[in-house]
Amino acid sequence: MSRNLVGFASASQNKPGKRVLPGFALSLGISLLFIGLILLLPLTGLIMQTSGMSLAEYWAVITDERVVSSYKVTLWAAAIASLFNGVVGLLLAWVLVRYEFWGKPLVDALMDLPFALPTAVAGITLAALFSEGGWYGQFLTALGIKVAFTPLGIVVAMSFTSLPFVVRTVQPVLEDLAPEDEEAAVSMGAGDWTVFRRILFPALWPALMSGVALSFTRSLGEFGAVIFIAGNMPYVSEITSLMIFVRLQEYDYAAASAIASVVLMASLVLLLAINLWQARYLRRLHGR
Amino acid sequence: MSISLEGVNKHFGQFQALKDISLDIPDGQLTGLLGPSGSGKTTLLRIIAGLESAEHGRILFHGKDVTRLHVRERRVGFVFQHYALFRHMTVAQNIAFGLEVLPRAQRPPAAEIRRQVADLLEMVQLGHLSSRYPAQLSGGQKQRIALARALAMKPEILLLDEPFGALDAKVRKDLRRWLRALHDELHFTSVFVTHDQEEALELSDRVVVMSAGKIEQVGGPQALYAEPESRFVFDFLGHVNVLGGSLEQQRLSQGDAWVQMPEGVDCAGEMQLYLRPHEVRLQNCPVLHAHLPLRIESISLIGAEVRLELTPCGWDAQQPWEVGISHVEFNRWQPQRGDRCYAVPDVGHLFGIEQTRPRTLNWVED
Amino acid sequence: MSRTQSTLRIGDQPWVKWSLIGLALTLTLLLLVIPLVLIFAQAFSAGPGSLWSNLTDTYTLAAIGLTLFVAALTVPLNLVFGVFLAWLVTRFEFPGRKVLITLIDIPFAVSPVVAGLLYLLLYGSNGWLGGWLADKDIQLMFAWPGIVMVTVFVTCPFVARELIPLMQQQGRDEEEAAVVLGASGWQLFRKVTLPNIQWALLYGVVLTNARAVGEFGAVSVVSGNIRGETNTLPLHVELLYQDYNVAGAFTSASLLACIALLTLLVKSFIEWRQARQRMPVSDQSDSI
Repeated sequence: MSRNLVGFASASQNKPGKRVLPGFALSLGISLLFIGLILLLPLTGLIMQTSGMSLAEYWAVITDERVVSSYKVTLWAAAIASLFNGVVGLLLAWVLVRYEFWGKPLVDALMDLPFALPTAVAGITLAALFSEGGWYGQFLTALGIKVAFTPLGIVVAMSFTSLPFVVRTVQPVLEDLAPEDEEAAVSMGAGDWTVFRRILFPALWPALMSGVALSFTRSLGEFGAVIFIAGNMPYVSEITSLMIFVRLQEYDYAAASAIASVVLMASLVLLLAINLWQARYLRRLHGR
Repeated sequence: MSISLEGVNKHFGQFQALKDISLDIPDGQLTGLLGPSGSGKTTLLRIIAGLESAEHGRILFHGKDVTRLHVRERRVGFVFQHYALFRHMTVAQNIAFGLEVLPRAQRPPAAEIRRQVADLLEMVQLGHLSSRYPAQLSGGQKQRIALARALAMKPEILLLDEPFGALDAKVRKDLRRWLRALHDELHFTSVFVTHDQEEALELSDRVVVMSAGKIEQVGGPQALYAEPESRFVFDFLGHVNVLGGSLEQQRLSQGDAWVQMPEGVDCAGEMQLYLRPHEVRLQNCPVLHAHLPLRIESISLIGAEVRLELTPCGWDAQQPWEVGISHVEFNRWQPQRGDRCYAVPDVGHLFGIEQTRPRTLNWVED
Repeated sequence: MSRTQSTLRIGDQPWVKWSLIGLALTLTLLLLVIPLVLIFAQAFSAGPGSLWSNLTDTYTLAAIGLTLFVAALTVPLNLVFGVFLAWLVTRFEFPGRKVLITLIDIPFAVSPVVAGLLYLLLYGSNGWLGGWLADKDIQLMFAWPGIVMVTVFVTCPFVARELIPLMQQQGRDEEEAAVVLGASGWQLFRKVTLPNIQWALLYGVVLTNARAVGEFGAVSVVSGNIRGETNTLPLHVELLYQDYNVAGAFTSASLLACIALLTLLVKSFIEWRQARQRMPVSDQSDSI
């Protein structure tokens, strides 16, 4: 039996030695190369551009009235959309997990539609639906509600595109709920709403929060779905992503960078917060 | 293929899992690494296999230094605690795996591989399961397949990590017997890890008792049970009855209990007397050399002998005492719960407060 | 593990159950189904003949070609990267491991417009790298390389995020066993790891593809919108819509919607296969 011997008598300290599983160096190299080149390198462009501005200039750009309006519009719309998604998402997840009905697999699959559908397609579709002559627009106008070309349209677009985040985050947690807690509560005579409020909802809360936060983060950056339906009127229905775009088209790279840096920092902070939250409260990041 | 470990040390971050372990495992023996969780036994096993590496020390197979050798080259068989069967392969494919990944030059032809797999399945008596998937097997079946898979490479060293830990008691007993028979037939050097002392004592030729990264004692099961060399080994391998007290003028006493030391014992101070259940008899009245009053708390009738659990009267012990008597004697004596009786030691093990090695005392002349 | 249908659950009374289901179905209809229907309805609104001419219009075909080309480059790149990264962070311990796992989420949190801007600032003629490349007559921005790069950026987390939780959950045992039995790195990956992750891998690829095809915001920034050359299909949709060519826009949109539906179909199939694998044919006798 042939043996490959690498022996030398040594009672002294051994080096950590080759790792058991292969491929460490290769996968480390490829990962670092890719991450460095694709993710980190582009950040240098932004840093250089913004560091070329003086602090005063920077401040002036990011606190420009029109830009600040865009912050407010974006934040407000994202918040409302996320809250709406929180409620609707919870309902949909509940129905999908707890009940059986004809067509359920189809409905379940459709939950991912906003995720799979290109945002521009969603954008023109929602714009067509909610415009004054559109299928929904007709009814809403009759009720006196204008959606297209108003901030409300932004809410609709944001809500559509980030709905899956809530549903898919809550579903697995709902599935894994221990039936014993519920059984115990019901057998002790608690009413449905009480059981939901005091037993089930606290267990769902972390996942729901996580889904809402993800929905919020996604909505903040949503572009394609929003710009068709929003009307994009400065100070009224202009989102921050569009502001960046506008400045770019004016060749004001500095301003675009400054605004982008604000958005980027906000996104990264949110990302970190969500990751920490999920690490603490959720077992898994993904459903199924 | 004998195994030698010299001065093996292993840290996991700040935690030291193995402290300067030196051990010789003779060729062809079935050695058990026994200890509670955290004792380092699994780490030691994995270091022998090459799945972990030690910072200091050497590992030798039959005198050749394999410390720097990658696990792939060591040609040991390893059976994992949770089987680690390849879930997407059939039983036959699992067993054939090692043969199929051999370099082309060494790889046997497909027909030969099939034949060897069939032979192995015969040996583990699971030929009818060859096209099943691991998910369709019971725990005991999975374990035997894992073993067959390891044996397919004809290793000279077989390492098993808590092989029966996840199985029911009856299945465990059957598999133990079966593994021992297999070992006796094929004569490889085996090392297995367990926290179950009954398993270690029943299965092994030699037992290595470990605690907190150190080796407490090495020896045959008999010697380990009858002559433990430390409190830990005593406590770990079966129940022990303890009398703690102060030894003065050849008498160890505490409260109402006292035991007279045999000739030649002239130490003094705080001492503990360790007595195995089989080293103590029960009588209705005390004897010359011991006065150990006890009350019967519970009687356990199921088993080869009757087990009595007793609490001390007029003195204290940290745990109740246990003494076994034969069914014949039980029927003759007919003790009841609450009865008082006296313990009579035949053999005992004396520990000084600071001592780790006991001194064996004999009251029975032979 | 079989979940016995517990009788002590809240919300199972018929009136509660069916009203919740009804609500969920209505919402699904309104939010997801009808928009989908609209896309196809609008595409056909000018008649089937017009549909065909819209599809085979030169610029449309060019857009389709560019989109497919971008996807064909993006998906394999991210597949390889995702696999190596997942292998790295789930099979080895090393300092900075957790940092890498967080870094990979960046494209998820960043607004697509910001992503596009990052690349523009770096590789555009004003950027430090772009200027250097321009000297060598290499133009990446406002051309297809730029589009590919930002698409890679935006889609790089998908494969990794599917693989990492799965591989962490599966553990190293099988791979360690294979190494003990003498498998080399490639044998190990091909025979042991790959079969275990194949469905998650496929799902990651499908997601990557869907997003690569549909990316809008980032591509808008770097594309330059040159008809026939640097317009992907989503950009083409926007162009047609802004030209008030509604039928044309929705024709291209329906093409994209078909891809989205295909994505959903493949996802459902994958989940069905995974569920089937988790329920083995039980033939476990009590014998050892």
